[in-house]
Formats: sequence, C-alpha cells, structure tokens
Amino acid sequence: MEKIVLKQVLPHVFAENGDALVSDVWRKDVTLEKGHTCLIEAVSGTGKSSFCSYLYGYRTDYSGQIYFDGEDIKSLSVAKWIDLRRRSLSLLFQELRLFPELTAWENVMIKNNLTGYKSIEEINLLFEQLGIADKKEALVGKMSFGQQQRVAFIRALCQPFDFILLDEPISHLDDENSRILASLLVEESHKQGAGIVVTSIGKHLDMKYDATFKL
Amino acid sequence: MIWRLLRRHLSIAQLAGFFLANLLGMFIVLFSIQFYQDVKSLFSQEDGLMKKEYMILSKRVSTLGTLVGKSSGFTGEEIDEIKSQPFVKSLGAFTPAHFNVSAGISMAGRMAMSTEMFFESVPDAYVDVKSADWRFDERSDFLPIILPRNYLNLYNFGFARSRNLPQLSEGVLGLINVDIHISGNGKSKTFKGNIAGFSNRLNTILVPDRFMQWANETFGDNRTKDPSRLIVEVGNPSDEHIVTFLQQKGYETEGGNLDAGKATYFLKIVTGLVVGVGLLITALSFFILMLSIYLLLQKNARKLQNLLLIGYTPAQVSRPYRMLTVILNFSVFILSILAVLGVRSYYTSLLSRMWPGYESGQLFPTILTGCALMLLVSFFNSMAVYRKVKGLWHTK
Repeated sequence: MEKIVLKQVLPHVFAENGDALVSDVWRKDVTLEKGHTCLIEAVSGTGKSSFCSYLYGYRTDYSGQIYFDGEDIKSLSVAKWIDLRRRSLSLLFQELRLFPELTAWENVMIKNNLTGYKSIEEINLLFEQLGIADKKEALVGKMSFGQQQRVAFIRALCQPFDFILLDEPISHLDDENSRILASLLVEESHKQGAGIVVTSIGKHLDMKYDATFKL
Repeated sequence: MIWRLLRRHLSIAQLAGFFLANLLGMFIVLFSIQFYQDVKSLFSQEDGLMKKEYMILSKRVSTLGTLVGKSSGFTGEEIDEIKSQPFVKSLGAFTPAHFNVSAGISMAGRMAMSTEMFFESVPDAYVDVKSADWRFDERSDFLPIILPRNYLNLYNFGFARSRNLPQLSEGVLGLINVDIHISGNGKSKTFKGNIAGFSNRLNTILVPDRFMQWANETFGDNRTKDPSRLIVEVGNPSDEHIVTFLQQKGYETEGGNLDAGKATYFLKIVTGLVVGVGLLITALSFFILMLSIYLLLQKNARKLQNLLLIGYTPAQVSRPYRMLTVILNFSVFILSILAVLGVRSYYTSLLSRMWPGYESGQLFPTILTGCALMLLVSFFNSMAVYRKVKGLWHTK
C-alpha cells in the first residue's frame, strides 16, 4: 500500500457542530504517503483514537471517504482487512489491547506466530533494548502501564507494514525509554520503507516529522 | 496459546449438562433404532425363498348389503387395484359354479343318500394339494374334488366321536366314490367324483379350474359373476401396508396372518415415538450447548475482538470452540454406541433364550444414524459459533 487518502472525513459525533470545527484533518483532503512520518497533534476529545480506528478498519462511524491506494476502505472484505492487518498496517492501540492473562512474551508471540516476521533473537533483543527483558515471563496484567506500552510496541513491530499507526505511544514512558522507542521505530520503518503516523496530546515522540496535522 | 486464552470462563457444569443431555438423546435415538432392527425379525414371517404366503380376501357382508341384495363380488377395477399393490405377488379369483350340483354316495349300485352342494375353483397354481388325480378330461366322467381339511376334522373329532361312528382317514375317504350330478341350461350329467385331497388353505369345495370352465360353458346360464373371493400371494404377510390397505378398502381376510402385520405396525409407531423423544432431547441439548458457548463468547468477547484486531481470522478465532463442540459431539456418539452395544448384548441374550434360533439385526443402520446425527449437530454448532464470532467483527 502506497498511499492513504482521507476525503472530507468527519466523525458522526462532530457532525452537529461541524461548521465550527477547526482541524487540519476533519473535513479536509489529507494524503499520507509511504515512507513519510507525520504527527497528528490533538487535544483530548478531538477524535484522535477515532482517527486510528477508522484507518484500522474497526469503526466506520464517519462521513466522507478513506482510500487505500484508491480503494474505499468501507468496501473492503473481512478477509482483506485481516490481510492488511497482517502485512500492511500496524497499530499500537492507545488502550494497548494486550491479553492480561498471558505473559509479555506470549503477548508478542501471539502476533509473531501469525506473521512469522521476527526471529526469537530479534524479539529478545527488542525486549532487552526496551529494558523489559526481565519481564518476559511476567503476566501482562501484573505489569505497569509503561511496561505494557513497551510490550505492545514490540508486538506492533512483529509484522511487515507499509504504515504504522501509534496512538499516544509514550504517554506513560520516561524520556530515555521514549528515545529508545523512537529510534527502534525509525529503524524498523526505515528498513521496511514504511510510513509512520503518530498521535500525541502533549509529549511528542522525538523524531523528524515530514508533516504535522492539528486535529 | 489461543486455547489458553479462550478457555477462560469455560463452564464445566454447563458443558457437562450438555454432554449428559446429548448423550441421553443420542442413546435413546440409537437404542430405539437398534432395538427395532433386532426385534423386527421376530415379527416378520418372511422366511426363505421357497415358502409362499397366501391370503384369501373377501368383502365384508353387511346387513344393509343383504337387504338391498348388493353383490359382494370384486369388480375388475378392484381386482386390478389389488394386483397393483406392491405387496401382491400374484392373484387368483375363485370361480363359482353357475349350475346345480348334487352329490350322493351310492352303495350297492343305488343312491343311498344325496345332498345339494356347490363347487368353486381356483387356478391350479394356488391349490395346495398335490395329487396325480387333479385333472379333468371332458371325455371321461371322472371328477376330482378337494375338501377343506376342516370338514374332515369336524367329522372325525366332533361328529364321529359323539355318535360312536368310525373315524375316517384321508386314505379311506380317497377310496370312496361320490356320484355327482350336475344340471343346468336344460342339460345334465353324472360324474364319478373322487376326493383327491384335503386343503388347509382353501376353505371351499374345489374342482379343477378346467372342469369349471367347461361346465360353466355347458351347463351355466352364460352370465359372468364377479368373483366374491380372491386368493392373493404375498411376499411378507407381516407387511403393515397390507393391514392398512385392507382396512381402508373394507376387505376381510381369512385366518390370522395379519396379526403379525398389525404388531409390526405397532412396533414401528412405538419406535417412531421413542426416536422422536430422543431427537427432541438431542435438540434441547443442542440448545444448551449453544447457550453455553454463546455465554462463553460473550464473556470472552473482548479477547476475541482483540485477536481479530491483531490479524486473526474469524475462522481461527472460532476454531477452538468449534473443536470443542466437535470433540464433545464425537465422544457423545462413541459413548452412546458403546452404551447401545452394552444394552443390546443384554437383551439379545434374553431374546435368544425365549426364541431359540433368534437372529439379531444389523448394527449398521444404528451407526449410520448416529454418525449422521453427530455430523449434523456438529455442523450446526460449528456454523453458529462461526457466525457469532464473525458478528463480533462489526461490534467493536
């Protein structure tokens, strides 16, 4: 997938006061390109997570159109979405969506088993680089949110992608870990030639952005 | 790993409930089918290729029919209809005599006593007495007769005993000559009658068919009468279709060989009822399983959605639950077959004690039914689970 185009997209919830809405994304034509890095800046309640859920195909409560390489994503089949989520599109959920009854390692492997993308050594290395190597066998439900964020981040890297979406990836991370996460993200995206879309309400991931949109 | 994730909230009690209910339902269905298979042979009289079964059909003589002089004969259409029934192998009509008959026993050259009587004939194939004398030639005046064995028994064991008369054997009676005088159409002739044998099957005074045709032409009044009795060869007299057909038409039959048919019919009805109850229980157990799994899906909905979100297909996500239902259904099938076999070995030994030479029926239809039932239930379970999981896709 080379290009994501948003045409006059507006969440249903904003439809009523749409005229008063000031946004770079809603009711605008926006193009996200592979290989580019962009930041979606937002204050709380402006539809940041909605934005990610529309692009990831699990919510459709918007007007306007979103196109993946010219194809309206509302017409995509379940099978096509599954394929996209395995090979073209990765999302680090704001609410993480980890399985609390599985260990950190299992949470990563449940994705990697599906894609077979990373080797065991690579995953081990990621755990080490993010400073949670000692937490591999810990149940995710017993870990802090910051640690969980890093597990979810590793899981998001365990697949090939053309675009990676990160919904507030460092809300609970210290600066050092944020820096490491940013460098790993850039390294992986560079390797894959992928586009990066990061949302943030305050703390920005320390990277060079090609474009910044205010929601 | 997925299974470890999804087995959470699995209710053993609910699954056990389903398991027992389904086991019970399946067992009842399979047992009744097997029992029917095994007991059927006791009711069936279809034995061997050589043995033929005959039934004699007549119409019921009703009071009203007597008053209005209605004929109780079978019309050509009725005969054709009976012939077309699947249980009828062949059919012959009783031909009544259209002339007057009187018979007497002559002693010392003079008629000692004589009586009015009647003749009937059936096609030779239906006569159960094999005798070289059973033939007729119009140039000779020899006429063989077959009497019902009942007549002989009536005389020997009833009349003769009470009057201190000698009992007569078939051989002795065969030596007696009877003078038979027939008349009609302005002609008459006397024959030397001889008792060629006694019939168990045909309850009438029989003469050869050939004689009857000739005599009816010669002495009869040339009016054809509908036969009032038919002799029917049937494959299996315990076939319940015979009973229902005769009931429907209001025909009567001599002898009790229809009782087996009624009993078989009854057996089928009872089996049908029991199978119905079993199927009902199976259906209910199916709903228990469905409810249990729906509840499980509901409780695990969040996890299932997350799996779908990280790239698992609805088929992959629903597979553990589908496997669960298939394994449960399969074990139910195996267990109920084993249970049926256990109970069967018990009742077959009972039956063979009561009926020596009893042979049990086939196991194959039972296993086939069980298999079909298992596959059907598993299929619907599987489908329902898959649809439910796929439904989660759109409710995030």
